[in-house]
Amino acid sequence: MTGSALATGDKRNEAIAPSSQVVSFGADAPLQLESGERLGPWSIAYQAYGTLNADKSNAILICHALTGDQHVANTNPVTGKAGWWETMVGPGKPYDTDRFFIICANVLGSCLGTTGPASINPATAKAYALDFPVVTIRDMVNAQARLVDHFGIETLFCLAGGSMGGMQVLEWAATYPDRVFSAMPLATAARHSAQNIAFHEVGRQAVMADPDWHGGRYLEAGTRPEKGLAVARMAAHITYLSEQALHRKFGRNYQDRSAPTFSFDADFEVESYLRYQGRSFVERFDANSYLFLTRAMDYFDLAKDHGGSLAKAFAGTKTRFCIVSFTSDWLFPTRDSRAIVHALNAAGASVSFVEIETDKGHDAFLLDVPELFDTTRGFIDSAARARGLPHTRGAAL
Amino acid sequence: MTLADDAAAARVDLKSLASLVTPGSRVLDVGCGDGSLLRLLAEKRGVDARGIELSQSGVNECVAKGLSVIQGDADTDLVYYPDGSFDYVILSQTLQAMRQPRVVLEHLLRIGTRAIVSFPNFAFWKIRLQLLLRGRMPVTDKLSYSWYETPNIHFCTINDFIALCAEMGVTVETAFALDREGRPVDTLPRPLWNLLGEQAVFVLSRR
Repeated sequence: MTGSALATGDKRNEAIAPSSQVVSFGADAPLQLESGERLGPWSIAYQAYGTLNADKSNAILICHALTGDQHVANTNPVTGKAGWWETMVGPGKPYDTDRFFIICANVLGSCLGTTGPASINPATAKAYALDFPVVTIRDMVNAQARLVDHFGIETLFCLAGGSMGGMQVLEWAATYPDRVFSAMPLATAARHSAQNIAFHEVGRQAVMADPDWHGGRYLEAGTRPEKGLAVARMAAHITYLSEQALHRKFGRNYQDRSAPTFSFDADFEVESYLRYQGRSFVERFDANSYLFLTRAMDYFDLAKDHGGSLAKAFAGTKTRFCIVSFTSDWLFPTRDSRAIVHALNAAGASVSFVEIETDKGHDAFLLDVPELFDTTRGFIDSAARARGLPHTRGAAL
Repeated sequence: MTLADDAAAARVDLKSLASLVTPGSRVLDVGCGDGSLLRLLAEKRGVDARGIELSQSGVNECVAKGLSVIQGDADTDLVYYPDGSFDYVILSQTLQAMRQPRVVLEHLLRIGTRAIVSFPNFAFWKIRLQLLLRGRMPVTDKLSYSWYETPNIHFCTINDFIALCAEMGVTVETAFALDREGRPVDTLPRPLWNLLGEQAVFVLSRR
């Protein structure tokens, strides 16, 4: 297990000494959490691209998903792979780094440099593990707001993100309506469904059932709940795809063999693929972070925080919204996006909504989907025009 | 020449509709297609223009043009708009494709202070003649679908529409017949609209 032991070292380094810029807040500037606890000292790690203009009106904050990170458009220091949204973020891309200042911060509770369960608890000089307070989507957003304050940015030109990132976008728009000029929540929901909570619980129980988890104290025990976390990831990964995509990619094809082996070896390509997904995930992600972040999503219910009415969450909003869903996404199906659209309509908000036809499932927002690029360009360019920022298209209007 | 000018040149009927809208008002275009009318309204009349469109391609075109358009079905999604949230709600050449035209009309008048409705007149003399002489369901260049594939499931005549408005207790503020290009036919006396008007536009309210 040399490879994985090495990876453990790398990952812990990213959690404690990330290869990103970090803004740290001392014990005198704690983060007030929704649970009532105060977290401090705490840090937030981020990547930034492009240039902030003089009046600080061109900033886009990208919010990453559950197991995403701040490495949107640069080589990922843990995996060595391209940034997770290089299709969307970069020079001349829909989120154009030539025109906009683009920030992405690692979310609170994650493991890439922002304070989370793998960070050192100053009270014990050991990793927080389960002593880390349970954080919520709103806590993540409040942490990001402190980073945005740090840049002296009053209003963000745009907030964008998919899945859990979309939840943060919605929370931003509801909590800081005056600081959000435009918002693009993609493949998301205003509340986590019972089915999604159920899937998360399966994942958490898989982690906790692994004896190497050690009640969360695996770092001190010198182990990692690799098997449990891999199973969690395998189950979750199925929910990110669609039945059609699985069939298209794998069908019932055998893996490197022409007949079944009459064993429990990975006979099928789809099994081999899932095992690979599980293995590669444990190399890059902290198991306790997975527990905390899935919990944050479970607790998300924006309407509940506004007297049971989602429309109230957006009452009087001036933010321009663009909601996008994908036909084959059964984790955050189109009806979840429609619920957001209906609430925004009821609130009289400016809202666009596109359901994009694709068989790529929930992960479609991360993939090469031209309709998403066109939609984003159209929305961003018109918002830029409204904000008096340079806009590439429609310049002749 | 902007895209909106192109569109306007191509569709005289959009100009006729746009001229009915007070500049600077709030407008919802139900079944907004590729957004030509919304764009015309936004650019030429400074309107806060929103739309609903059923087809994904239409919505994508609209959003790519920077218009606030949602993908939705007028038959099911109008219910989510609050009362009086728009000055005008426009239903252009779409009424005949609704599953429940009367319910949709009620929603238009609930959501908007005024509703602007345009529709093809099924009592137009050419259509009458086809049915009379050929004994076949009429197919014209404006209504080019065969009976078995048409999305237009609830055709009406101008007289039918006037009768429905009366039944619903709706005020007809303005109405005019249009020729095939969508130009208002000012010269046509009202009793002849139902025979000689190829299309019609009604501005309705609940006042």
